[in-house]
Amino acid sequence: MRIREILTTLALVSAVFTPVYAAEDNVKLDPVEVDVNDAASLQSGARTFVNYCLNCHSASLVRYDQLRVLGLSDKQITDNLMFTAEKIGDPMNVAFPKKDAKAAFGVVPPDLSVIARSRSPDWLYTYLRGFYRDPGTVTGWNNTVYPNVAMPHVLWSLQGERELVKVPAMRDGKQIMEHGHPKTDSKLQTISEGTLSPSEYDRTVRDLVNFLVWIGEPHQVKRQQIGVWVVIGLVFLIALTFLLKNAYWKDVH
Amino acid sequence: MANSAPLSTDKVPPTTTGGRFLAWIDERFPLSVLWNSQVAEYYAPKNFNFWYYFGSLALLVLVNQIITGIFLTMYYKPDAALAFASVEGTIMREVSWGWLIRLMHSTGASFFFIVVYLHMFRALLYGSYRNPRELTWIFGVLIFLCLMAEAFFGYLLPWGQMSYWGAQVIVNLFSAIPVVGEELSLWIRGDYVVSDATLNRFFALHVIAIPLVLLGLVVAHLMALHETGSNNPDGIEVKKNIDPKTGHGYDMIPFHPYYTVKDAFGVAVFLLVFSLVLFFAPEMGGYFLEYNNFIPADSLKTPAHIAPVWYFTPFYSILRATTENVMWFLAAFVALLAVLSFFRARRAGCKIAALVIGGIVIIGMIGGPLKLDAKVWGVILMGVSVLIFFLLPWLDQSAVKSIRYKGPIYKIALALLVISFFVLGYLGVLAPTDTRTLVAQICMFIYFAFFALMPWYSRMDKTKPVPERLT
Repeated sequence: MRIREILTTLALVSAVFTPVYAAEDNVKLDPVEVDVNDAASLQSGARTFVNYCLNCHSASLVRYDQLRVLGLSDKQITDNLMFTAEKIGDPMNVAFPKKDAKAAFGVVPPDLSVIARSRSPDWLYTYLRGFYRDPGTVTGWNNTVYPNVAMPHVLWSLQGERELVKVPAMRDGKQIMEHGHPKTDSKLQTISEGTLSPSEYDRTVRDLVNFLVWIGEPHQVKRQQIGVWVVIGLVFLIALTFLLKNAYWKDVH
Repeated sequence: MANSAPLSTDKVPPTTTGGRFLAWIDERFPLSVLWNSQVAEYYAPKNFNFWYYFGSLALLVLVNQIITGIFLTMYYKPDAALAFASVEGTIMREVSWGWLIRLMHSTGASFFFIVVYLHMFRALLYGSYRNPRELTWIFGVLIFLCLMAEAFFGYLLPWGQMSYWGAQVIVNLFSAIPVVGEELSLWIRGDYVVSDATLNRFFALHVIAIPLVLLGLVVAHLMALHETGSNNPDGIEVKKNIDPKTGHGYDMIPFHPYYTVKDAFGVAVFLLVFSLVLFFAPEMGGYFLEYNNFIPADSLKTPAHIAPVWYFTPFYSILRATTENVMWFLAAFVALLAVLSFFRARRAGCKIAALVIGGIVIIGMIGGPLKLDAKVWGVILMGVSVLIFFLLPWLDQSAVKSIRYKGPIYKIALALLVISFFVLGYLGVLAPTDTRTLVAQICMFIYFAFFALMPWYSRMDKTKPVPERLT
């Protein structure tokens, strides 16, 4: 009786949690491996972030001095990473007034402090690698993940320019037909090379996404480190309380 | 020596400092009396199983929520312009250990519901709500209602998109009430949309009004429980078999130390599970902290898909499943209940009441110009789906309490209830489609049938004989 009751519970509990990402569109996302313990990657991401993103996007919940955790000295931070702020304790704000930003892009560029927590890392990684030339938009750029996005391709000098072309959809060397018409797929084709090779660009974006994940919750490294010790402590506590319980209960029949 | 004999033989004056201090207190306050009556000499059945951990765990989570909540209020800003940054900036980044306190509170909120749902399921398994524990059960359902209100008000405070639009959707439900609805929802919000005024009052309700009521109800729940004594997995009244030598039931043991050490073990295991989520998956895949809630509230941008947090989704699903095309089925269900009640009722007045109430409800559901909107029925049914728990002690007409001695009908009914509750919960997270709505409607009927038809199927069920003593 008792075992069956426990098994029922376990079945119930395990049935509940199958993760779903809220309202993702049907775009296939490229997986990215983030590692918030990789200080070199985070430093590289921080560099890309302040050079390319921080002109329009703020990260106002993050202060520059929090970058010390990444192994950077105050001098390194002030000399290489602080362009708009005065003091090292200042938040990562932008000089670009919201009204002007709205006039320029039609929307205020969102604050990026917790962007990796509302958008998944995979989404950011695919998005930042999904820009292509589109003469039909205001900025001249479009995106495969976020169609008609107001943001231009800020990293274009690194990635180069690409365009979206239609190619026949093939399977096993044969054209796929759909409703009697030949089906086409979209493909990105390089128009001009950037300063980085495709694999270097992917790594740069990966580092940037890694940095965004880290600023989304700077204490996450500490959280997991402490977690390990708490879990070890609790395993001992479970053993101790189990033995204590058995010692007290040995006369109950 | 004769002169060294104590003055009184029945009361030895304490010799230690601690003992004298306790005696000093006991003369002025019933400390020992309370400790003995509620803990040390509170006798409980000896066969509590896994399901009996969740009462003390609920108390533990309540304490966690109150303590972490107090520290959070020290830095939280109940101001529409500052709230989001005070949580995600100040508390999560700058306050020492603020992130830990905040995650304990947010993880605790979800665990509160997990623990309480399991606690309630225990009552359904072993008939803990039955005579003589009806008031314990009613206080418990009131606690559950308070908990829902507490969670709802608290969820607005981080001021993210889901906080904002969730509150907007739920407060708008009140506008479905005929005549006074619009005014009522305006009064609740304090504004025409959810705004700074709403945030401030929800903060007040979350940090003081509801917790006060909640604590009072918890005390009442425990007092009622300790008056009747606990039920047990066999559903046998252990107080009926008193051992004349001890004055306590044969199958009873004092709560302290037996259940205090047992619950300590339960607490340790619970803390492990809690910590695994807290330290390694505090978002729990978007269920405990929704991804969209990391976007600051924006009254001009409605999210494509608004879903409440997981613990509300079964009830939210019932709200959404109540559409125009299901009203005829609901009316047929009410008609069936009215006819069944007519034949079941003994007094003529009750027979007439069954038909009249049934008739009014049916007219409200399908009665042409007199019918209420399906949206209104959705709100009503969502309310009924929670409030119906109050009636459980009187709906259950089974000859036995525990599922161990109940027949196959109850076992199947309970299994169906659990399945439909999970399916409703899962569908409530997702955006509705035609198929999903149909599945939700079927589950909604199963959910209500479990309660509404219980007076009949619990009587028909073939129960097994209950033993005299615990097994």
